[in-house]
Amino acid sequence: MTIELSDRVKAVPPSGIRRFFEIAEERDDVISLGVGEPDFSTPWAARDAAIASLEQGKTSYTANRGMRELREAIADYAADRFDLGYDPAEEIIVTAGASEAVDLAFRAFVDPGDAVAIAQPSYISYEPGVIFAGGEVLSVPTREEDEFRLTVDALEEAGAGDAEMLVLCYPNNPTGAIMREEDLEPIAEFAREHDLTVLSDEIYAELTYDGEHTSIATLEGMRERTIVFNGFSKAHAMTGLRLGYALGPADAIAAMNRIHQYAMLSAPTTAQHAALEALDSCENDVGEMVDQYDRRRQFVLSRFREIGMDVFEAKGAFYCFPEVPDGFTAEEFAEGVLREEGVAVVPGDVFGAGGEGHLRISYATGLGDLREALARIEAFVADHA
Amino acid sequence: MSEREVLELLRENARYSTADIARMTDLEENEVEATIEELEAAGVVRGYQAVVDWDKLEDERVRAEVELNVRLDRETGYADIAERLARFPEVKALRLVSGDYDFDMEVEADSIREVSQFVSEKVAPVPEITQTVTHYVMTSYKENGIELGDGDEDDRLSFSP
Ligand SMILES: Cc1ncc(COP(=O)(O)O)c(C=O)c1O
Repeated sequence: MTIELSDRVKAVPPSGIRRFFEIAEERDDVISLGVGEPDFSTPWAARDAAIASLEQGKTSYTANRGMRELREAIADYAADRFDLGYDPAEEIIVTAGASEAVDLAFRAFVDPGDAVAIAQPSYISYEPGVIFAGGEVLSVPTREEDEFRLTVDALEEAGAGDAEMLVLCYPNNPTGAIMREEDLEPIAEFAREHDLTVLSDEIYAELTYDGEHTSIATLEGMRERTIVFNGFSKAHAMTGLRLGYALGPADAIAAMNRIHQYAMLSAPTTAQHAALEALDSCENDVGEMVDQYDRRRQFVLSRFREIGMDVFEAKGAFYCFPEVPDGFTAEEFAEGVLREEGVAVVPGDVFGAGGEGHLRISYATGLGDLREALARIEAFVADHA
Repeated sequence: MSEREVLELLRENARYSTADIARMTDLEENEVEATIEELEAAGVVRGYQAVVDWDKLEDERVRAEVELNVRLDRETGYADIAERLARFPEVKALRLVSGDYDFDMEVEADSIREVSQFVSEKVAPVPEITQTVTHYVMTSYKENGIELGDGDEDDRLSFSP
């Protein structure tokens, strides 16, 4: 017999990246620009704190919402860094990665049949998350002409006024787009007018290269309808430690905690100790990594221009989003450059509406490899011109 | 500011082309060139060298860290002694340091014999030098900020979200 799968699981196909992964496995000289995680190691102070916590036998569950001390540190950090004021007792929950927090939010706020508007192209987990929660996805494409920022026109065109919820991710994976305060104002107004709950994934907030990150939750009337997600994976290079968090109004966080306390009990304790130290003492490490990313960003953007591929001027995260040359679909280009040149990149379609015809290039890779990868891409483009 | 950025990049890899540095710093290529020329002319950039992991080569290369104690007299200062020692091609680095000894000297030669001969015949006889302690380098794990050894393995998944 085979175990009968739920309709929700059946509704979500396996990841589109899977096939590329298999091709990549066939060669041993692949340079990957397909990775969405830092190539830096977790700052030593954070690693030491994790080790020390293990040596002291701190391996039991913590409070469901996370260690009190850590929530206080997160509250201070969010307030200092992004002007987000949240009460550590009731308005913060620590989760196993931002991923868990996003999933909790969908499960806590989406009823079967509810429409969830997602500004796309965007991180690949939102759609499945909505479907697993029984909701329906409403794609709101963003366009390169608008610098991949979400506009009210796009919201209206997609009929997002009737949705229950809106998912934003800025700085954006995969485009590297950011939204400034003046770009967020009209979106906030739209959300208030149509009574939308906003899920704002700001995990790349530290990786903003041009000016300061603004959270939509800081805009007038938005705090009560917004959940902000963040975590330690990207800026603190802690992907494998699985630690993230959500900030939001007390009732909403309590609802998310209701699921979390049964599904997860508490986020990994060792990781919470590492995270506490990361907030306490790793500001300089973060700064140095951001500087490195910024150099690589400029390098990659400039090389694409030289190669003659149109590329959007990414201002955040560690991705850039060039257009594939004429004569290719994104998938064809990605597969060709992988098979012929051994460079792994992700076709933009994977990230939903608006991503067609583009590639996601991650520059969370050493400069030497980036230079070689771009030379290979250049050769591939020249061969097929 | 751009000077600092250019210097950091050169220290990371002196072989970055001016074009690469220009791309990374958002300067024009000729600005990068001019900055480097100025830094060289001002004596800020003193030279460019390869960071070598000698353990990877067949031929032996022997290095030692030598601690030197000196006694100064009225006519001779640290700088005089340093000047004398720095002239030897075997001396790769020489620093005046605080603590238990005065100079910290890096010596390089083709064999242990050559190093010890150099220290006993050329360095120890300098009249102001009262004591030398030689430490032979057995294995080097990091040089000029670059970790030696195999490193370099990037075992992340080739695709991730
Ligand atoms: C926008 C975005 N949100 C969340 C995540 C997942 O983060 P975490 O490791 O905290 O679960 C990623 C990872 O790629 C991401 O790009």
